[in-house]
Amino acid sequence: MAVVLTRISLPFKGLEPTEIAEKIKEKFPNEVVDVTNFRDQVSVIVKRGRIGDICRYLHDEPVLLFEHLQDLCGVDYHGKKEPRFEVVYNLYSIKYHHRIRVRAQVPENDSHIHTVTSIWAGANWHERECFDMFGIEFKGHPDLRRILLPEDWEGHPLRKDYPLKGPEPEKDWHGFTEVLTRSKELREFEWEG
Amino acid sequence: MLIDTSTVGLIQVEEGTKILPPNIIITTFDKIINWGRLSSIWPTTFGLACCAIEMMAAGAAHYDFDRFGIIFRGSPRQADCMIIAGTVTKKMAPVVRRVYDQIPEPRYVVAMGSCACTGGIFRTYNTVQGCDTFLPVDVYVPGCPPRPETLLEGMMKLQEKIRHEQARWSPWR
Repeated sequence: MAVVLTRISLPFKGLEPTEIAEKIKEKFPNEVVDVTNFRDQVSVIVKRGRIGDICRYLHDEPVLLFEHLQDLCGVDYHGKKEPRFEVVYNLYSIKYHHRIRVRAQVPENDSHIHTVTSIWAGANWHERECFDMFGIEFKGHPDLRRILLPEDWEGHPLRKDYPLKGPEPEKDWHGFTEVLTRSKELREFEWEG
Repeated sequence: MLIDTSTVGLIQVEEGTKILPPNIIITTFDKIINWGRLSSIWPTTFGLACCAIEMMAAGAAHYDFDRFGIIFRGSPRQADCMIIAGTVTKKMAPVVRRVYDQIPEPRYVVAMGSCACTGGIFRTYNTVQGCDTFLPVDVYVPGCPPRPETLLEGMMKLQEKIRHEQARWSPWR
């Protein structure tokens, strides 16, 4: 019995990544800094100023329709590149099955960028994680708190100038040092065999 | 009434335990208490990472911790033992210590897996380098994660440890 495998044809043909990059360049000529292509993965590097408008355009434009924010993350190019930080938006269109990567540059001093939570609600926790790990402030975010680390933790650990093995024992997070001292105090009440 | 043990037939069944037929057993407090403790180690259910999955597998039907009297309890107040199954982060350390503090004495701690023993591969800013920094650990079970047999061996090591304890009845002896 023969089994015929056919490729499932997609009902809506999407755009090539380079075409999407061209469309962004046409719409925002002053915002796009560079377009890079690595193994057919196209990144559009933009300035941070109008990131909300760019994302709104990508989300609403009928031929683009990026309704799914796959990921939002930060990058630290400490000592390698200026400006130091980048916020990366990986976008995907569920209707057209095409994708694009938008990278917004954020300088070291005054590191902030506008939030995109009003466009993709899922960006809420991603932006909180990015803030937690890199210290990039997302203006207009509804609830910008640390998401993983304790709220009174000092520093942003995924920055390249953060010590890899963590802070010195005496400068450690106070919640942990309190546990260490309390366990020493309670040691005498343990039953000894 | 005192029984003259030289005239009645005391049978020594093992070192330190004698039986007076039909139903009198003579032994030490240590032996009977340790026997009771080691035959009913009740760990509190507390999983932190992937080791907890192996711990659950060890507790389930195939490896069957119940046959050693090891029954997982849902509350630390009803438990005697705590299996630290997984990576202890600094944020989690106060919670781990609080759960341990709620266990009534005598209590035992089993550090399960590389992370709980030493911090494992995570020599990072957020990981406690071994839960023995803030807990008195009795048995270290290595592995990443340890197989259920390994955890079983660790629990049997803990049983051996309890079997040889002497006069662990109060903090003041």
